[in-house]
Amino acid sequence: MWNESPDRVSAAEICSHENMSKTAPAQEAPFVQVQSLCKYYVLDKPIFADVNFTINKGEFVCIIGHSGCGKTTILNVLAGLDTASEGYVIMDGREVKGPSLERGVVFQSHALMPWFTVRQNIAFAVKSRWPKWSSSQINTHVEKFVSMVGLSHSIEKKPSELSGGMKQRVGIARAFSIQPKMLLLDEPFGALDALTRGTIQEELIGIVRDTHQTVFMITHDVDEAILLADKIVLMKNATQVDGSYTAGGVAEILSNTLPKSRKRAELHHLDGYYELRNHIVDFLIGIKH
Amino acid sequence: MFIFVIFIGIWYVSTINTSTNSSPPSNLTQEQIEYQKLMGKDVGVQKTTGFPSPIQMAQAIGKQLSNPFYDNGPNDKGIAIQLGYSLLRVGIGFLLASIIAIPLGFVIGMSPLLYKAFDPFIQILKPISPLAWMPIALYTIKDSSLSGIFVIFICSVWPMLINTAFGVSSVKRDWLNVAMTLEVSPLRKAFQVILPAAAPTILTGMRISMGIAWLVIVAAEMLVGGTGVGYFLWNEWNNLSLTSVLFAVLIIGVVGMLLDMAFAQFQKWVTYVE
Repeated sequence: MWNESPDRVSAAEICSHENMSKTAPAQEAPFVQVQSLCKYYVLDKPIFADVNFTINKGEFVCIIGHSGCGKTTILNVLAGLDTASEGYVIMDGREVKGPSLERGVVFQSHALMPWFTVRQNIAFAVKSRWPKWSSSQINTHVEKFVSMVGLSHSIEKKPSELSGGMKQRVGIARAFSIQPKMLLLDEPFGALDALTRGTIQEELIGIVRDTHQTVFMITHDVDEAILLADKIVLMKNATQVDGSYTAGGVAEILSNTLPKSRKRAELHHLDGYYELRNHIVDFLIGIKH
Repeated sequence: MFIFVIFIGIWYVSTINTSTNSSPPSNLTQEQIEYQKLMGKDVGVQKTTGFPSPIQMAQAIGKQLSNPFYDNGPNDKGIAIQLGYSLLRVGIGFLLASIIAIPLGFVIGMSPLLYKAFDPFIQILKPISPLAWMPIALYTIKDSSLSGIFVIFICSVWPMLINTAFGVSSVKRDWLNVAMTLEVSPLRKAFQVILPAAAPTILTGMRISMGIAWLVIVAAEMLVGGTGVGYFLWNEWNNLSLTSVLFAVLIIGVVGMLLDMAFAQFQKWVTYVE
């Protein structure tokens, strides 16, 4: 999935438009298939319509778009927390019908239980995943994932005693601890300051690369998407011009061909970075007008 | 503390003034004095307001508290025994109310449909004064002591029911979503997610209920009679023993405060900081 094009390519190639339904590899079915997804609250005025994309195993997909274009709805449909009006999602050969332990979700507002300590919060998830485990098994597992996000020293603290970044780390550790087949992140760094965000992004890259996790993430930050994603899905809002209504949906799917070992600090020195970035920013500004 | 000293001072002065202002007139003949006595105007005897002075109060409190457990028949029992009866009634009524209100509130809070179905009944039954239930209770239960418990039950049930339903229905969507994505079993979700999340609201309801129950028990015992602080208070009024009445009022206040403090402590245990 990574070497669709050589490492160094021209801007035009970096921004190669993919229409997944046409160019999807025929030899094997992708891990996740989103097909003609559509959501409306008012009939004939769908928020988005005909959304198609695929996620391969181990792929990191970011979705970018303005507020109200239905990013979170798509994520919730993937998570099984919401249902689409039309279309369906197939994961690993099975249709997504409801929430499942196979998909871990990191919520924008961390969603930790404030009455539990960090340990109990993660143990709650681990116990749900493996109900028959003994408490010592659960403890070792919990400690492993807490140390993975570097919070071993705060394991007995309540979420209220942690900073925003630490809370979000716990949220990530909780999602990873159930070892889901796919990880869904809803703007996990939206509420964090730039410095913290940078650190956690690096951590996330490290963990995802080590575990070959399949990830679907919503973001508003173009640089974040370029840093993390293998594939970037651009979404456009629904528009109403002179009474003619156009549904929103996927405008473009870009594959990120920057070297996989890219780091946040040297991202802007990489060839092709600015072309990719400008393309996305132009798109985001363009659809506004 | 300063306010308390001032208060005692004013009380003392006001009782002193009224108890010393009448001196026996000496210019009356024996017949005149006798006539005055027949007319109910007892000359020569110091006229007081009858309101006890702080010193008399302190003596009465000391006497009552020095032997709180005596029992000289149905009309003369120590304050601790009377308090015990009242607390027992409140305890039983309150416990029954929690056993019914909290699970029911839980179910109502979880289901918007049930919430709508129960709401009109709750709204009608809630504003009824608990004492208005007394005749119905006496007629159907035919036992004054049980009726007292029933009245406590009926007055504590509503705040607990409403608060539990509200607490459960307003549990953060995020926490429920977490539970859903983790495929948590309904029972585990109820006890490990919804209950701790709603606990502060439920405890608030219980605290309000306990406050109301303590208000109501005094009135109910005045009506029903027999035992309890409410009965003690009314009995002492009939004895025209104002010191005992004041003592009972003081005790009711102190016990009410202690009950409220206990619930404040429980609330502290279950409260979480987000």
